[in-house]
Amino acid sequence: MKAIPVILSAAALALPAQAAEISAINPTVFLAAIFALACFVGYYVVWSVTPALHTPLMAVTNAISSVIIVGAIVAATASGAINGGWIAKALGGLAVALASVNIFGGFLVTQRMLAMYKKKGE
Amino acid sequence: MEQFANTWAPLLYLAAGILFILALRGLSSPATSRKGNRNGMIGMTIAVVTTLVLLWESLDPTTWAILIGGAVIGGAIGALIARRIAMTAMPQLVAAFHSLVGLAAVLVAAAALYAPLGFGIGVVGDINLVSLIELSVGSAIGALTFTGSVIAFAKLNGNMSGSPILLPARHLLNIALAAGIVALVVVLIMSSGAATWAFWGLTVLALILGITLIIPIGGADMPVVVSMLNSYSGWAAAALGFTLGNFALIITGALVGSSGAILSYIMCKGMNRSFISVILGGFGADDDGGASAGAQVDRPFKQGSADDAAFIMKNASKVIIVPGYGMAVAQAQHALKEMAELLKEEGVDVKYAIHPVAGRMPGHMNVLLAEAQVPYDEVFELEDINSEFNTADVAFVIGANDVTNPAAKTDKSSPIYGMPVLDVENAGTVLFIKRSMGSGYAGIQNELFFKDNTMMLLSDAKKMVEEIVKAL
Repeated sequence: MKAIPVILSAAALALPAQAAEISAINPTVFLAAIFALACFVGYYVVWSVTPALHTPLMAVTNAISSVIIVGAIVAATASGAINGGWIAKALGGLAVALASVNIFGGFLVTQRMLAMYKKKGE
Repeated sequence: MEQFANTWAPLLYLAAGILFILALRGLSSPATSRKGNRNGMIGMTIAVVTTLVLLWESLDPTTWAILIGGAVIGGAIGALIARRIAMTAMPQLVAAFHSLVGLAAVLVAAAALYAPLGFGIGVVGDINLVSLIELSVGSAIGALTFTGSVIAFAKLNGNMSGSPILLPARHLLNIALAAGIVALVVVLIMSSGAATWAFWGLTVLALILGITLIIPIGGADMPVVVSMLNSYSGWAAAALGFTLGNFALIITGALVGSSGAILSYIMCKGMNRSFISVILGGFGADDDGGASAGAQVDRPFKQGSADDAAFIMKNASKVIIVPGYGMAVAQAQHALKEMAELLKEEGVDVKYAIHPVAGRMPGHMNVLLAEAQVPYDEVFELEDINSEFNTADVAFVIGANDVTNPAAKTDKSSPIYGMPVLDVENAGTVLFIKRSMGSGYAGIQNELFFKDNTMMLLSDAKKMVEEIVKAL
C-alpha cells in the first residue's frame, strides 16, 4: 500500500544520480504536505458553505470520513497465513460493517435532506 | 499490476479526494448541493473499487464473504436508518454516526498493529516508528470520538439527563488520563509494537477520556460538542491515512477535521463563549429545566390567546418568525408552515429568522423548516435579517428564548452578555410562545416577557400554532 516511495523513486530514476538524492522526499513528509494543503482547502471550502446547509454538511462529512473503509478492507484482506492475520481479518470485517452503516446512512440521509430544500414556487 | 499500484491507484485515490472536496463545495448553495452529494458518492465508489482492484490477488472466497457480509449488513442498517429517521432526531443521528467512525478507526489501527505485514509497515514486533505513532494517534482519537459521541447521543436522545455531571477534580482527572495515553504511546514505540497491552491500554484510557470530557457539558452546548466530535473523527481518519499512505483518507481527514473545527468556532461565536469554556463544561442545562421556576414569577406580564395572536397577525403587513429548539421538541414546524401560508393568503409578508445556535446542531432549524416545505429563500440568518425587525409588525417567537434576550446587549452582569441576539423587541408586537414563564438554559430571566409590546402565549408550541391556524 505504501505506493509513494515507489512513485518518488520512479521519478528519481529519470533524473541524474545527484539530483535523485536531493529529490528523494521522505514519504511521511510528502503525505504531510498533502495533509497541510488539504487542511487549507477544507478551511476555505467549509467557510463557503451556506449556514442553512450546516446540518447536511455534518451528515456528508460523516459519510466521507467513512472512507476509512479502505483501511478496513486492507485489514480484512490480510492473509490468514501471516502472523496476526486472522485477528486483522476479524477486526477489518467489523470495521467494514461499521463504515458501511455510515457510508450508506450518511449519503442517503444527506440526499433526503437536500431534496427538501426548495425555492419559492419550485 | 505493478504500474496500477504505483501510478493509477494513487491517482484514483487523489480523484476520490477531489470529488469529496467538490461534495463540500456543492453545499455553498442548495441548488448545487444535490450534485455535490452525488460527487461524494462517486468518490466513495472510486476509493472502494480501487482498493479492491489493488488487493485483487489476495481476495480469497473467505475474504469476499467477510467484505460482502459486512457491507451488506452495515449498508442495509444504514440505509434503513437514513430512510426512517425523523428530521428532529438529526443531531443524535449525527452523533451516533460519529461514534461509528471513531470505533472503525480503533479497529483498523488494531488490525494494523496485529498484522503489520498486510499494511506494509513492518512485521509483528518490529513496526516502523512513524507508523506506530500514527496508529496510536488514530486509535486514541478514534476511541475518544467513540465514547464521546455515545455520551452526546445519549444526552441528545434523552437517554441521559442533559444537565452537566460534574465529577470531583475532573480537570485533574482528564490531564492524568491524557498523560497516561502519552506514556503508553512511548511504551508502545519503545517495544517497536510488540507491547500490544500498551496499545489497548492507551485505547482504554482514551475511551474513558471521551466519557469524562463530555459528561460535564450541558445539553444546550451540544452543538459545539457534536461539531467538535465531527472534527475529531476527521483527524482520526487522517492519522490512519498516513499509516496507509492513502491520499483519499488524508484529504478527507483534513476536510472533515477543518469542517468540524470551523463549525465549533461558529457555534461558540454564536454564544459568545470561548471554545475552552464550553469544553471545560458545567454550563447549559436543558431549556426544559425551567418549568419549576415558573411559579416564582410575580411580575405582571401580558398573556394572550390564540385568537388574539391570529387577530394581530392577520392585520399585520410583515411577520418575522423566530424558531428555536422548542419548535423541534414540539414538532411544530408543519403547523407553523400552515400558519405562514394562511397569513400569506391574507397578504402578510412572512419571513423566518434563524439564530446560529438555535436548535441542537448547526443548521438544525433550516432542515426542519425545509422538511415542512418552507422555501429556503424565506429563511434568513441573523446578520441578514436583524435590521428588519424595525419594520416588522410582529415578531413571532416559537420555542426560542435566550437568543432573543436583550440583556445580552445591555446587562454586563448577564452570563450571556455579548452574545449576538435577534432584535425582536424592535418589532411592533412580540408574540412569544412558551410552555411556562421559566427561564432559558442559561438560567436567566428574559426582560422581553415583561415589556408592554410583548404578548405571552403560554402553551405547547404545536397546540398553540394549531389553535392559531384554526382562528385564522
